[in-house]
Amino acid sequence: MSDTTSIAGLAPASAAPPAWRMHALTLYRRFAQHVLPPLVVLMLLVTIWELLCTRPGAALPPPSQVLSDTWELIIDPFFDNGGNDVGLAWQILASLERVAYGYLLAVIAGVSLGVLVGQSTWALRGLDPIFQVLRTVPPLAWLPISLAGFQDSNPSAIFVIFITAIWPIIINTSVGIRNIPEDYRNVARVIRLNGIEYFWKIMLPAASPYIFSGLRIGVGLSWLAIVAAEMLIGGVGIGFFIWDAWNSSRISDIILALVYVGVVGFLLDRIVAWAGRRVTRGTTPA
Amino acid sequence: MSQAYLSISRVDMAFSRGGVTNPVLADVNLDIQRGEYISLIGHSGCGKSTVLNIVAGLLRATSGGVIVDGREVNAPGPDRALVFQNHSLLPWLTVYQNVEIAVQKIFQGKRSAAEQRDWILHNLEMVSMSHALDRLPAEISGGMKQRVGIARALAMEPKVLLLDEPFGALDALTRAHLQDEVMRIQSELHNTVMMITHDVDEAVLLSDRIVMMTNGPSATIGQVLDIDLPRPRDRLELADDARYTHYRHEVLSFLYEKQRKVEPIGSARARSAATAKRESAAMRA
Ligand SMILES: Nc1ncnc2c1ncn2[C@@H]1O[C@H](COP(=O)(O)OP(=O)(O)OP(=O)(O)O)[C@@H](O)[C@H]1O
Ligand SMILES: [Mg+2]
Repeated sequence: MSDTTSIAGLAPASAAPPAWRMHALTLYRRFAQHVLPPLVVLMLLVTIWELLCTRPGAALPPPSQVLSDTWELIIDPFFDNGGNDVGLAWQILASLERVAYGYLLAVIAGVSLGVLVGQSTWALRGLDPIFQVLRTVPPLAWLPISLAGFQDSNPSAIFVIFITAIWPIIINTSVGIRNIPEDYRNVARVIRLNGIEYFWKIMLPAASPYIFSGLRIGVGLSWLAIVAAEMLIGGVGIGFFIWDAWNSSRISDIILALVYVGVVGFLLDRIVAWAGRRVTRGTTPA
Repeated sequence: MSQAYLSISRVDMAFSRGGVTNPVLADVNLDIQRGEYISLIGHSGCGKSTVLNIVAGLLRATSGGVIVDGREVNAPGPDRALVFQNHSLLPWLTVYQNVEIAVQKIFQGKRSAAEQRDWILHNLEMVSMSHALDRLPAEISGGMKQRVGIARALAMEPKVLLLDEPFGALDALTRAHLQDEVMRIQSELHNTVMMITHDVDEAVLLSDRIVMMTNGPSATIGQVLDIDLPRPRDRLELADDARYTHYRHEVLSFLYEKQRKVEPIGSARARSAATAKRESAAMRA
């Protein structure tokens, strides 16, 4: 959205200069408005951190030392020495794989249940109170019970992701379905769409702004939960990498892993947001 | 009477909520001939939309019924296409797709994909919207949305076209423009049209007959006025026409004299009965 304002701000001057200059100017403005400010703040924070942690007796390493300690990990993210001793890219991919399975299951089940609850008053009355209670259970509280149920760590982690991500998806979907304007239903009734056509052509697109806000919250929660869950289950994965680093006092590795976790979480959020914008073009949330 | 194309007979309608019934329509009777253009006019809240929705099949009358072309209406269908006041285009579909969704469904298996495409384009052409096929509703003006709504309705080849204040949300200029366009389309296609309006000039200009409704509750048809003006009609010429002025006056006096002061006895009695019922319900509560 702010992109369009920067372009609009450029419009009056656009008559004279040639296209490539305009383009370069747009890029420059975008850089100045969106990239420069966080960069400056980041530099400032890193400098403060450097100053604070280079003093003798500091508990945490300064950024310069983090960089030199972890240089091997940074330049070779794909090494594989067997077991848990693999590069950070593999660790993150392992976590992402678990998230992908758990999240996809949550999307399928969550949208279906959301549609059910949104469509049927009886399902709403029966299920909604249960959902409201279950959704407050912290993700990790599900881990022991799922370990007991699955007898295996990997499906348990996937289940924790699933159960974490599903609530916002169910709730947002059902709200979206219940907010479909009567007019759209009437259009569907006049042209006599059957149930399946109504679902695909009216219900999903009409509710998609809500559904996608649920999906976006869900993916964020999944990523939060996977790191915590992996600390407990072990194996390859960024969560256990952090735990393992803590146990062997590799503080610099932990800091590097945190940066990666943050960046990946940010990217996941952006990808879902982008998909949402693509799918819901034209449909603004009510 | 049996040869009427659309026949509304003895329709009563009451909405009930929480045990309180609210009588909206009482004994509405109307016969419409094929190709006729009928306007429904009346004060706000009297039940015009309710009548239209019953004809559309979106509402079921409490008693009485509607027959279109010999068939009783009991569900909505594309033979009674509706254009709503707020256009009700689907915002995630382009102009073209908004018409396509109806055409695809209605003509699937009856016309080839190419024929359907031509038909969609033809109807959008008719309302002068060919230039904006790929725009989303959010990207076009209110008048343009209303045109697309009309194109979507026309593309259903309805037996009856139902218009619920189709131009109500538009400015005067756009409204006049669209009225002319609807008159032109009507002279080509000879649709049977039922249109709700608040605008006396619009009613006289477009209609073959104006149906005036009494005030609710228990509203019914108070008066029917035949508009005997030659077509094609031109708004500028008609402005000085004595018959036009006379018709206009008739409608205005119905709306602002008869419906203000003297009420038909039947409806007055129904109203006092309804009030009494409501009061006794309130006392019990
Ligand atoms: N679904 C409903 N439930 C209960 N009452 C309703 C419902 N729909 C309409 N009514 C009532 O029926 C009466 C007539 O409504 P209707 O919408 O038909 O009026 P209208 O003549 O179209 O008014 P307007 O010109 O303002 O659109 C109103 O008093 C309204 O409150
Ligand atoms: Mg109305």
